[in-house]
Amino acid sequence: MTEHVHRDDFGARLGMWLFLVTEMVLFGGLFIGYSYMRYRYPAEFHHGGSELNATLGIINTLVLLTSSLTVVLAIVAVQRAEKKRALAFLGTTLGLGLVFLIIKSFEWAAKFHHGLYPNSRHLATLPPGEQVFYGLYFTMTGLHGLHVIAGLSVLGVMFWWVATDRIRQDRYVHLENGGLYWHLVDVIWIFLLPLFYLAA
Amino acid sequence: MSEHVEASADHSVEHPGYGTYIKIWVILVVLTGCLVGVSHLGQTAAVWGLLTLTPLKAGLVFYYFMHLKYEGPLFKVVVLVTLGTLLIFFALLFSDIAFR
Repeated sequence: MTEHVHRDDFGARLGMWLFLVTEMVLFGGLFIGYSYMRYRYPAEFHHGGSELNATLGIINTLVLLTSSLTVVLAIVAVQRAEKKRALAFLGTTLGLGLVFLIIKSFEWAAKFHHGLYPNSRHLATLPPGEQVFYGLYFTMTGLHGLHVIAGLSVLGVMFWWVATDRIRQDRYVHLENGGLYWHLVDVIWIFLLPLFYLAA
Repeated sequence: MSEHVEASADHSVEHPGYGTYIKIWVILVVLTGCLVGVSHLGQTAAVWGLLTLTPLKAGLVFYYFMHLKYEGPLFKVVVLVTLGTLLIFFALLFSDIAFR
């Protein structure tokens, strides 16, 4: 039986990239806002940065970089029809993504414990520049965290599809697009690390 | 046209193997180490590290992990136009601040 299946992998990837550039503009706007506020309140941003746990930020960078690597390795494995390897790589990515979120939650919990959370009473007593710093910190890392959760959900589906052969050697554009999203999440974190954690 | 022909025509370039990506990952980890090291050398060095090493890392992820290297010119143009637009907005904002 020969059935005609319309497929346009190029178009699928182009569509994904067009979506990704909207994400780049979304975060880019926040980065531009950050740069102005840092220019305006250099001392407060320096102090705010020194309050953040740089070690956790660096560990999370390595976690995300490695999770990005394993996604791209999973694509190579699918191209070579090495299904078990592909599942192992994707499973590693999912695990590392969860590790990222767990570390992030500990970090945020410590801030909450010190009375630092959006709209908190303690935050209102800080100088305006530090309020802006923490406002941007919670907005940008929070929005990034939501993207990590979205990316993990997408890659979880990809894992299922590889396991059930819906993604296979001759048909893997979904995995490529899911991977593209995950890499963008990684790129955003690459910028967040020096802007917040290494700002001191 | 069969599914297979379309798919293979789409991916005419030879796929890179595991090794290429692992090398890029090693470079990314080393660059992260450099960025952290530079951030301890004082404010000026930290800002220069931020402005050079961070875009370099992002570029490597875009070019290799996100396969831009293996895509046609259209994808590269889409990304460059976006980055150019952001740069224009950045320049407009800071020119506004400078002449206020």
